[in-house]
Amino acid sequence: MGDLRVIEVKRSIFEDNNRDADRLRDQLRRENTLLINLMSSPGAGKTTLLRRTIALIRDEMKLGVMEADIDGEVDARAIEAAGAKAVQIHTGGMCHLDADMTRQGLAALGSEAFDLVVLENVGNLVCPAEFDTGAMRNVMLLSVPEGDDKPLKYPLMFKNCQVALINKCDTLAVFDDFDCERVKARILDRNPTCRVFFISAKTGEGFEAWTDWLREALSQFRGGKLDAPVHFDA
Amino acid sequence: MHELGVVFRVIRQVEEIAAENDVTRVESVTLSLGEVSSVIPEYLIDCWKWAVKRTEVMREAELKIEPIPAITHCDACGTDYPTIPHGKICPRCGSGETWLKQGNEFIIKQIEAE
Ligand SMILES: Nc1nc2c(ncn2[C@@H]2O[C@H](COP(=O)(O)OP(=O)(O)OP(=O)(O)O)[C@@H](O)[C@H]2O)c(=O)[nH]1
Ligand SMILES: [Mg+2]
Ligand SMILES: [Zn+2]
Repeated sequence: MGDLRVIEVKRSIFEDNNRDADRLRDQLRRENTLLINLMSSPGAGKTTLLRRTIALIRDEMKLGVMEADIDGEVDARAIEAAGAKAVQIHTGGMCHLDADMTRQGLAALGSEAFDLVVLENVGNLVCPAEFDTGAMRNVMLLSVPEGDDKPLKYPLMFKNCQVALINKCDTLAVFDDFDCERVKARILDRNPTCRVFFISAKTGEGFEAWTDWLREALSQFRGGKLDAPVHFDA
Repeated sequence: MHELGVVFRVIRQVEEIAAENDVTRVESVTLSLGEVSSVIPEYLIDCWKWAVKRTEVMREAELKIEPIPAITHCDACGTDYPTIPHGKICPRCGSGETWLKQGNEFIIKQIEAE
């Protein structure tokens, strides 16, 4: 047995992920691929949103989707049926994706010059908000049945996104205590520059504004005018 | 589970550091962990015990955790107070204009190795 020695490290594990994320953003800039990280609770409607979005924009750009799930392949098959290439990333029980797993997912998707790749993160409002995936834009989806108090309960998620989509607006008549103005004010209170759109992935309401935002983001990205988001702060 | 993802990150970093320092065996890893860093030390240690068995240099490594107390600063009256019992509201003046000064850290502090 050799002698024990002490190695001083003093390294934050979040800093390390931030470095991986920056490296991935540089790589994607060179490849001209815009990566968007989509986050929400389980069942808020991420896959339904993506299917409808793909149908609207697939003729304009080459699309890829990474589906992160604890298990199963249902979502990836649904996305392929809608007309985009998809891979399933099995997270093996993990509650979030970090930049390194995202890089591996992109490699699995293949190197086919995608214009836009969307990462459907694990359904969870807590952990994904703590790890920068290397995406250029973070989009969070809140559905009406979850309630308009979620920005108060999960402030980090609403702080670290550039777009908040309020989904299932077709159910507002049933969930009649959900106040659209109040939820918007609560989001902007934490994140004044956040764009808030009210949509229904079921009926298509609000999709013009949302897909216009996507097109605009893509054209800014191609022109080198889309700034990287600030690192997630915990 | 959040703790497992975090443990994999720590293991990856320790493996890198071990390679840079020609380490053949890691005896222990010490983390500085903020009181409000969103991971639970007991879960972290459970995940650790399971995950290190799948590695080479750190199969037997012990995980040591040094807590960092959470402290919040109040901008209204200038007081520092412990975050856990009082949260966002300053116990001295009742203001909500407060921010976390320390306590969400997650740092690999040191490694004992041979
Ligand atoms: N009424 C209504 N239902 C919706 C809407 N969007 C999604 N749903 C339904 O909500 C359920 C969950 O939708 P998904 O798209 O699978 O949700 P998800 O966020 O991908 O779920 P996970 O991947 O399991 O986290 C499905 O039954 C959808 O049909 C909407 O705008 N309105
Ligand atoms: Mg889904
Ligand atoms: Zn005070």
